[in-house]
Amino acid sequence: MSSLTSYLLLSALIFSIGLAGALTRRSAILVLIGIELMLNAANLNFLAFWRYGPHPEALTGIMFAIFSISIAAAEAAVGLGIILAVYKHRRTTDVSTMNSMKG
Amino acid sequence: MTVPFLILAVLTVVGTVAAMTLRNLIHCVLALTLSFAGLAALYLQLGAQFVGFVQILVYVGAVAILAVFVIMMTRGAGPGLHPIFSSFWTVGSLVAAGVFAILAWAICASNLSSRILPPQTEAAVRPIGDALMHQYVLPLEIMGLLLTAALIGAVVLAMQEKRRTP
Repeated sequence: MSSLTSYLLLSALIFSIGLAGALTRRSAILVLIGIELMLNAANLNFLAFWRYGPHPEALTGIMFAIFSISIAAAEAAVGLGIILAVYKHRRTTDVSTMNSMKG
Repeated sequence: MTVPFLILAVLTVVGTVAAMTLRNLIHCVLALTLSFAGLAALYLQLGAQFVGFVQILVYVGAVAILAVFVIMMTRGAGPGLHPIFSSFWTVGSLVAAGVFAILAWAICASNLSSRILPPQTEAAVRPIGDALMHQYVLPLEIMGLLLTAALIGAVVLAMQEKRRTP
C-alpha cells in the first residue's frame, strides 16, 4: 500500500466519522464540529494530492487548503453565532427540537 | 507507510472518534484539539509547513476556543442532553459507513498506489506569499471581503436583541 493511498484512506475515515457525528449527535455545537472535521479531511486530501502530484512547485494544493481553512473559520464563527441566537430564543441547543423556522 | 504516519494517524482517529462520542461537550472539544493537532502534524509531515502552522493557529487556537466559549455560554458543560444521540442514529451511522465503504473502494480500485513520491520540494513561505500577491490576489481580496462579512454577521447574530419600544 503506497503512502498516498494511506493518506486518502485516513482522510476518508475522518470524513466518515465527522459525517456520522453531524448526522447523529443531538447537540448543535457537535453537529458544527462534525462539519469542521469533514472540511479538515478535505484539506488533508488537497495536501496529499499536492505532495504526490506531478507539479508540486505550482502550490495549487496549498492555496486551496489555505482558502478552505479561511472559509471554515468564517463558517464556524457564523454557525456558533447562529447557535447562540437560537439558544437565546429557545433556551436549548438540541437540534431535534429545532423544528420551526418562525420565531 | 512509515511509523510516524501510523502514530499520527492513530492519534488523529482516536481524537476524532472521542470528539464525536463523548458525553461531556468540554471533553469533546478537548479531544477535537487533539485531532486538529494530529492533522497539523500530518500536514507538516507532507511538507506543507505554512498550512500546518496555520492549522494550529486557526483551529487549535481559535475555532476550538470559540466552541468552548459557546458551550459555556449555552450551559452545555456538565452531563448535557440525556440521550446524546438522536433517535435516528442507526440510519446516520449506516449512511456514514456506506460513504466510507464507497470512498475506500474507490481509493483501493484506482491506480493511485503506483504513484511514486516525487522529490521533496520546499514549500517555503516566500513562494506562497508571492503566489498570494500575484496569481491569487483576486481570491485573496474576495476572502478578505468574506471574512469581514462573516465577522459582522456573527456579531449581529450574537448581539443582544433590543426590546422594541412602540
